[in-house]
Amino acid sequence: MPNLKQLSHREELLTGGHRLCPGCGEPIAVRQILMATEQPVLASNATGCLEVSTTIFPYTAWKIPWIHIAFENAAAAISGVEAMYQARKAKGEIDEDADYKFVAFAGDGGTYDIGLQALSGAAERRHDFVYVCLNNEAYMNTGVQRSSATLKGAHTTTSPAGTVIPGKNQDRKDLTEIMAAHDIPYVAQTIPGRWMDITRKAEKAFELEGPAFLNVLAPCPLGWGHEGALTPEISQLAADTCIWPLYEVEYGEYNITYTPKEKKPIEEFLEPQARFRHLFRTDEGAEVRKAVQEWVDWKWEQLQNKAGD
Amino acid sequence: MAETKAAVKGNKVALEGNEAVAEAMRQINPDVVAAYPITPSTEIVQTFAQYVADGKVETNFVAVESEHSAMSACLAAAVAGGRVMNATSANGLALMWEILYVVSSLRQPVILTVVNRALSGNINIHCDHSDTMGSRDTGWVQLYAEDVQEAYDNLIQGVCIGETMDVRLPVMSCLDGFILSHSYELLQVQEDEDVQEFVGPYKPDNPMLDIDNPQTYGPLDLYDYYFEHKRSQMEAYPPAKQAIIDQGKRFGEAFGREYGLIEEFMTDDADFIVVAMGSTCGALRDVVEAQRDNGVKAGMLKIRAFRPFPAEEISDALSGASAVAVLDRASSFGAHAGPLYHEITSAQVTYSNIIPTNNYIYGLGGREILPEDLSSVFDDLHEVAEAGQPTEPVSFLGLRE
Ligand SMILES: Cc1ncc(C[n+]2csc(CCOP(=O)(O)OP(=O)(O)O)c2C)c(N)n1
Ligand SMILES: [Mg+2]
Repeated sequence: MPNLKQLSHREELLTGGHRLCPGCGEPIAVRQILMATEQPVLASNATGCLEVSTTIFPYTAWKIPWIHIAFENAAAAISGVEAMYQARKAKGEIDEDADYKFVAFAGDGGTYDIGLQALSGAAERRHDFVYVCLNNEAYMNTGVQRSSATLKGAHTTTSPAGTVIPGKNQDRKDLTEIMAAHDIPYVAQTIPGRWMDITRKAEKAFELEGPAFLNVLAPCPLGWGHEGALTPEISQLAADTCIWPLYEVEYGEYNITYTPKEKKPIEEFLEPQARFRHLFRTDEGAEVRKAVQEWVDWKWEQLQNKAGD
Repeated sequence: MAETKAAVKGNKVALEGNEAVAEAMRQINPDVVAAYPITPSTEIVQTFAQYVADGKVETNFVAVESEHSAMSACLAAAVAGGRVMNATSANGLALMWEILYVVSSLRQPVILTVVNRALSGNINIHCDHSDTMGSRDTGWVQLYAEDVQEAYDNLIQGVCIGETMDVRLPVMSCLDGFILSHSYELLQVQEDEDVQEFVGPYKPDNPMLDIDNPQTYGPLDLYDYYFEHKRSQMEAYPPAKQAIIDQGKRFGEAFGREYGLIEEFMTDDADFIVVAMGSTCGALRDVVEAQRDNGVKAGMLKIRAFRPFPAEEISDALSGASAVAVLDRASSFGAHAGPLYHEITSAQVTYSNIIPTNNYIYGLGGREILPEDLSSVFDDLHEVAEAGQPTEPVSFLGLRE
């Protein structure tokens, strides 16, 4: 694992000047992940904020070969690129010592929902690629609609907090566990706020042969309703409250990579965000917070059991 | 297809349509095939998978989890830089629909065999052209085969048409489900080396795997550039038309079977011309001959290339007739007639060659078309010629009303 100084000398593969919002968690995560390998990297990208904001024709912020086809097929696209690489390599048309890396970037909508089938298929087929879900817990590109990654109680434009319904009714789907159940070499959850954690996990994901899945919680100042400058802190609070535990599953072995000294109540994560504001105004809101806390406690306990902690 | 004098090499073998397609794919030996099974094209995918398993091809075969992913993976593999093929039918093609447009927009010569089958619903596995007619505006070249020989030949030519440098478009090679896909036919299969020589090595064009020259494929393209990009895409279709002609000739020189955009059968002096696509053309030839035996100046116009649409050539071919019938194996629901009829009558108007033309919709969901149905069309054309206008804009053949 390179140190911070060494990392700072690595080339930026996603350049500045793109049009993502100040404080967006996505480019922070992408840059840290791309820094984790020195081999050539080729990327696919699902439709979403990252794609539309980095490639407005005639400009591009990408210094690596990059392809976007549609919303639900980032995994299928990268499997096609990787399949052609393997075919050409087998024919001796690409240097046999070459070690190209393949990465797919997609939002939570493009991963948990519409892209789940393509991801599951590509993982099962054991293509050699890293899939990165940039999870900002809603469809941000189209104006903050709920996804199956949205937390219970969150206000989104399709799960609005109203006088009768207090935001989203359902808990977040546990996609990381679904990917772990594919028995692929490497699965991990991480955040952009802890550079060591995300870079080390990305490094492993690139190095292990076969599919790897990184689920990165990527705060969205616009959709979540917080100051852009707070992005690293908010993502750290997600880890400290265990709403987004940092862990990895390497060849089936669970390893919690960050255990908060003191597990914070979820309110510390919810309160700075406008999307949860209504939960602090009514008794019903308090009920929802209680339910979310219980769910977080239950999930955290399950995870600790799996990790043997 | 016209037999030329070129030496006929290779073997005459009896193959089902699907086997012939798989055989052509084996000989072409593409870099990547990503496919998903669906009746009646499943056998192509299965047979090819066996070739891969037996080491008869060097292809990286990706057994994807859906047709949406099949076409996505094919497109990305083509962008990566190499020859890519695939096969599907009906619902599978429909599931690819979103990506079909992207393939042609990114100008990738992906070669797709479509074994024509009726679209759901209700679900039906038999032949009609609703699937490929539904995708007629997706920017793909479309060739329709009359018989198994042509399906084999079209696939080989399709590679060269799509990969022509000023074309670079995806190609659908269409054959009628069951009628061709599951029928044995004695056909000429060329030698492997000759097919290899005919298609030649793949010529990459800005491949994504060129890591020293990183590029962005499929960016966000808004009102300030999208229109120009679509305009430049339109520029590819006249060369595609030319490539179909050129490769059809080249194929004739190499293998003795020459092809064009359309085929005119006894149309030169014909009063009555029936226009059709696909396997129906085979039956039509016999009916035309029978009509001729009865003293009727009958002719057939076969449309081999539906995209790019040879409007001018068709208008010319029909110009001497006094009445025309267009047979559509698909409906364009809500329109006043079938899709082929629209294109043909529009060509007549555009090139100021208006001939009274009737439309017949037939064969939906695999309904058989019989010689007597086709003869009845010629009978109708006498009345059409007399009336000087279509007698019945749309009628149906072989339907219980
Ligand atoms: C088939 C299809 N359905 C819907 C859309 C519209 N759409 C584009 S991006 C998007 C949401 C993206 O959300 P997510 O994947 O979470 O990425 P984010 O923008 O939040 O980073 C939607 C719904 C589309 N482009 N394609
Ligand atoms: Mg999102």
